Amino acid sequence: MSSDAWEAVIGIEIHAQLLTRTKMFCGCALSFGDPPNTHTCPVCLAHPGALPVVNREAIRLAIVAGHALGCEIAERSVFARKNYFYPDLPKAYQISQYDQPICGPGCFRFLTEDGEKTLGITRAHLEEDAAKLLHLGGEGRRANAEGSVVDFNRGGTPLLEIVTEPELHNGPDAASFLKQLRQTLVHLGITDGNMEQGSMRADANISVRPVGATGLGTKTELKNMNSFTYLERGIAAEVDRQIAILEAGGTITQQTLHYEPSTGHITSLRSKEEAHDYRYFPEPDLEPVVPDRAWVEELRAALPELPIDRRERWIREYGLTFEDAEVLSEPVQLGDYFEQVAALAPPKSTANWVRGELRALLRDRGQEPWESRVSPAALAEIITLVESREISMPSAKAVLGHVVEHGGLPREVVAALGLGAIQDEPALVAIVEQLLADNPVQAQQMREGKDKLIGFFVGQAMKATQGRADPARISELVRERAGAG
Amino acid sequence: MALTDLTAEQSITAIAAGRTSSEDLVRAHLERVEHDDWNNFLAVNREAALARAREIDAMPQRPPLAGVPIAIKDALSTRDLTTTAGSRILEGFRPIYTATCVARLEAAGAVVIGKTNMDEFAMGSSCENSAYGPSLNPWDTTRVPGGSSGGSASAVAARQAPWSLGSDTGGSIRQPAALCGIVGVKPTYGAVSRYGLIAFASSLDQVGPFARTVRDAALLLQSMVGRDPMDTTSLDWPDPIVLPTAGRLDGVRVGVIEELMGEGIEPGVRAACRAALRRVESLGGTVVPIELPHASYGLATYYLIAPAECSANLARFDGIRYGRRAEATDDLLEHYERTRGEGFGPEVKRRIMLGTFALSSGYYDAYYGQAQRVRTLIVRDFAAAFAEVDVLASPTSPTVAFRLGERTADPLSMYLSDVCTIPVSLAGLPSLSIPCGLSDGLPVGLQLAGPAFSENRLFDVAHALEAAIGFDPSPPGVTA
Amino acid sequence: MIDDHVTRHVARLARLELTESETVQMQHELSAILEYVQQVQELDLATVPPTTHAIPLENVVREDVPTPSVPVELALREAPEVHGDGFAVPRMG
Repeated sequence: MSSDAWEAVIGIEIHAQLLTRTKMFCGCALSFGDPPNTHTCPVCLAHPGALPVVNREAIRLAIVAGHALGCEIAERSVFARKNYFYPDLPKAYQISQYDQPICGPGCFRFLTEDGEKTLGITRAHLEEDAAKLLHLGGEGRRANAEGSVVDFNRGGTPLLEIVTEPELHNGPDAASFLKQLRQTLVHLGITDGNMEQGSMRADANISVRPVGATGLGTKTELKNMNSFTYLERGIAAEVDRQIAILEAGGTITQQTLHYEPSTGHITSLRSKEEAHDYRYFPEPDLEPVVPDRAWVEELRAALPELPIDRRERWIREYGLTFEDAEVLSEPVQLGDYFEQVAALAPPKSTANWVRGELRALLRDRGQEPWESRVSPAALAEIITLVESREISMPSAKAVLGHVVEHGGLPREVVAALGLGAIQDEPALVAIVEQLLADNPVQAQQMREGKDKLIGFFVGQAMKATQGRADPARISELVRERAGAG
Repeated sequence: MALTDLTAEQSITAIAAGRTSSEDLVRAHLERVEHDDWNNFLAVNREAALARAREIDAMPQRPPLAGVPIAIKDALSTRDLTTTAGSRILEGFRPIYTATCVARLEAAGAVVIGKTNMDEFAMGSSCENSAYGPSLNPWDTTRVPGGSSGGSASAVAARQAPWSLGSDTGGSIRQPAALCGIVGVKPTYGAVSRYGLIAFASSLDQVGPFARTVRDAALLLQSMVGRDPMDTTSLDWPDPIVLPTAGRLDGVRVGVIEELMGEGIEPGVRAACRAALRRVESLGGTVVPIELPHASYGLATYYLIAPAECSANLARFDGIRYGRRAEATDDLLEHYERTRGEGFGPEVKRRIMLGTFALSSGYYDAYYGQAQRVRTLIVRDFAAAFAEVDVLASPTSPTVAFRLGERTADPLSMYLSDVCTIPVSLAGLPSLSIPCGLSDGLPVGLQLAGPAFSENRLFDVAHALEAAIGFDPSPPGVTA
Repeated sequence: MIDDHVTRHVARLARLELTESETVQMQHELSAILEYVQQVQELDLATVPPTTHAIPLENVVREDVPTPSVPVELALREAPEVHGDGFAVPRMG
């Protein structure tokens, strides 16, 4: 069988740290990069007798996320203890949710070049993050370490775990999904989505089956992919690995795997400890969460336009391409900026200006459009001046450059720099006639059908006017005066 | 009369009248604590207690508890004061914070003089599971004081403290109170914050007072109840606890749990309880038999739920953040297994094993899940009973204090010590034990239970009976 | 009720080192206790909901307001072994 005889089946599990001020079950402030063990208390150190108390804001963020994921918000949600021993888990149980998660089944829509796709969301639930283990010696790798130390600053950070249905079939779609899920969660202020720092992490459950089969093959779990590219490559590598095993007549072993991006190798994270038996049971220290339905609806109503809806609107109403919409949607401030300009100027031109000239000019200065001196109104004015042929494109770029550097109103800049398009028709005619006279050979060739040479004359005219002529008008005049096709 | 013979209430009056001081009281009790014939104390807070007593004595306005000394079960976290929960695994552990209920009592003017002995992690009914040796019963030092709060009960009976705190999961306050001839109260689940109580079984654990009079017990509870933002199961307390004054029981309907007055209950215990119930009638109350059809399943239910919860609660003792750790282990697994294998005693291991099994894959529904459902039936039984009566009565313990070593070989025989107290615990209801007489020279306890939040009524009934019974809480041979 | 294999498996899950004789004794004691508690299985409880909290409450939460953490020296004070400002853990193998 060849690899097109196989179909990959992929589900994703995402852990996102929530943007609360304090931890999930105690009042310690969240932190990143602070000295070890400076954000701890009896609760998050699991001292004897300490008890958890649920952070209300974490519940709110989970419900908002649930709405964005199209999930049912549970009438009643219960915390449970998930028991296992590890030094980063001080109680030796993680308070999580088991059979009654805060968010039930849902459906997430995301855009691909082939159009909108949907991915079923199985559930989303609240839990607490583990602490951080630092391995001493052995180049920081667990297996070779002399020993390890625990820093409990991160321990107890609120996490939302989102589990998808196994409905993806390739790495690129998985990456698209994750990218847009991240964008949505960041847009809603649920997480900062920083994958490098680990505030958002993804695992993939992967199996393959013969095309046409409906059952599921044995799955493996690829852990902790901290970028979209790694997720895509990791999935591809694991799918290839599984197909190779199956084609050689082997069987897949259910296991947890690690993808090493630097080598592309997949290794097993199997430990010598026995298979997990988490012994979940309802957390007796916490009361059920029964979200007030009016509050749930209030949060639904307050939901801003979701990134996918915005992108689809841009494509539908503004005529943007998939790529335009994708580029402009991230980060959300860029999308906001684009929309403010597009409200005042033709959206498609706006998209080109924002993606092209503006970002290019600002890149050198290390600025983003929304923090630059180019206000949305100023950019819209420049675009409008071009569209109405009041300035030429080269002049417009010069004006933009000036505004980037010094600020100011584009119309005033145009006047001050004398960049207004030459509107004086007789003057333009004189220039064109002069050029035709000065370049008889090219004029003749053009008359004989060499259309490209129109561009030559337009270029010469622009040069002669220091770019202040309207190239379209020049082009018309060249044809007219030369009597060309 | 010696200072150590005073009740807490008498002490407060004496201090207010200038007849004694907090410092004198604390010193007198410390004296008895330091000549401890009963192995009741695991830590003594001498210097800090005396300093605090002097501080209170110097206050122009004394706090309500006026500097009266108190002993605290070693299951409660006390900042900087060694707290072991009776376990080797916490040997030398000095907590970094104080339990809410202790902090509240301290703020109200109680002075902590020491930490009392207990069955390891509150698992046991005799105090013999303490890693530091058992406490002894002041009525007969060849016998157990009961447990798990054995040290707290024995200390109050032995005049080492006028009152103390214990914790009760399945009877750990009431049963030792009964065996030591004093008053012990397990409040409604949630009445007292559990923040700082080293957890045994979270859905059952409750802190409560020991005292030699019902009024003292009420006075202590008064300063502890109420919502604590650190414990989500703690309750907004509807009505303040008031000191009981009732002398009559007119109109009070007392139900006798017949299942707990027959087979398995010592004749001497039964007789003392029957006598107390006749007093109810002579005080104007009525006594009717009540059935709790599922009470007989209580013990089995409890020995699934409590071990399951404890198996998770005790998982944090891993020798990383605090407590003892095993020496020189080769790897993490060995570290865990040896630290916990060495640190926990046999009964704790047994319950962790039992609970781990009851929760494990494939057994959950048949054991833990089923027990949670039986618990519902027991809750319903009590609700039905309290539609008919105001208070339920039964013996607190099926026997008087038993001999040291008598039940240690057979875990199940030890578990049966709590057969009368466990059903009430499963339903989260308030109950107390008062001494109601002697059997063969050893105290017998009468258990009274009521619906949730009925502490004031229970105190009234107990107070009226206490006066009528006239029990002398002085163990022979215990002299000031 | 439970055999040697289950006893060892449960001890491993609970991270308890048991000697050989402890294992044998544990197996016997657990079997006896399980035989007793098995009586809960006599009842037909299909329609009875479980009780997880004897006094039922809902939505007991706190506001997202920071409270002071403990100083690092206090956090580490009771640790059997400290490395720098971290809790030392044995080799993880």
